[in-house]
Amino acid sequence: MTGSTIIFYLLAALTLVSGVLSVTTRHIFRAAIYLLFTLIGIAGIYFWMQYEFIAAVQIVVYAGGIAVLIIFSIFLTQQAGEKLPKQKMERKIFSALAVFCGFALTMVQVLQHEFPVSVAPVTSPSVNDIGRQMLNVEESGFALPFEVISMLLLAAMVGCIVIAMREKRENLNTEQKNIKRIPNDT
Amino acid sequence: MTSPGLEQILFISAALFFIGMYGFFTRRNLITMLMSIELILNSVNLNFIAFNKYVWPDKMDGLFFTLFIIAIAAAEAAVAIAIIINLYRSHQSVDVESAENLKY
Repeated sequence: MTGSTIIFYLLAALTLVSGVLSVTTRHIFRAAIYLLFTLIGIAGIYFWMQYEFIAAVQIVVYAGGIAVLIIFSIFLTQQAGEKLPKQKMERKIFSALAVFCGFALTMVQVLQHEFPVSVAPVTSPSVNDIGRQMLNVEESGFALPFEVISMLLLAAMVGCIVIAMREKRENLNTEQKNIKRIPNDT
Repeated sequence: MTSPGLEQILFISAALFFIGMYGFFTRRNLITMLMSIELILNSVNLNFIAFNKYVWPDKMDGLFFTLFIIAIAAAEAAVAIAIIINLYRSHQSVDVESAENLKY
């Protein structure tokens, strides 16, 4: 048992334990912090596999961006110190059962399947290789998906602005009245 | 404890995927459901990287899929949170049960 093995199992335990806590805790803010620990644990596993670039992207985008975004949205929408309402017991039991069955089925398949063992030398890709292949327009290049992703990001940005834009005062008031009236009608 | 390889990483990613599924089934708050989706997407990323490292170490396709999934997840989280905050403005709640106006 080497140090590398110990580090791997520590990272795995960190990832899974904080993942479980993140979906079971009833404090929403704690759930976000546990999610942050899970994301950092996954970044650690990427480091352990010597994919440093992906690990850095994981930390920058997930731990730095999405976690902070989620925490901000919790601050904007949740009363401080309020717990989430308790869930029905049968819902919890049946979801746990379904999830456990799916997990067992997947693991049986994974353990039975013989994965081809690679003979190629193990290389950890450098940023140079990644950049060259990503912007390559020839075969095995990823220039087209790269452009598609940039269009998607532009569309998401425009969509966010349109969703968050405040409407004019009168429109807003009538809309709120409409929304308040709907539950009374039904 | 065996030395870690492909199976161990696949175990982690499958476990993370189903933890996310459990959260998605049991939570009724939109923000926590979004967190479960992030867990699921992360497990997929881990799978891609593991297969890239242990089965095709001479190629980089899994790595690029992971990069693109991370970009899409970031865009998705931004749009989802914009929608959630807008929903909170009009309904004063972020429960899925309060967002059922579209049914009528």
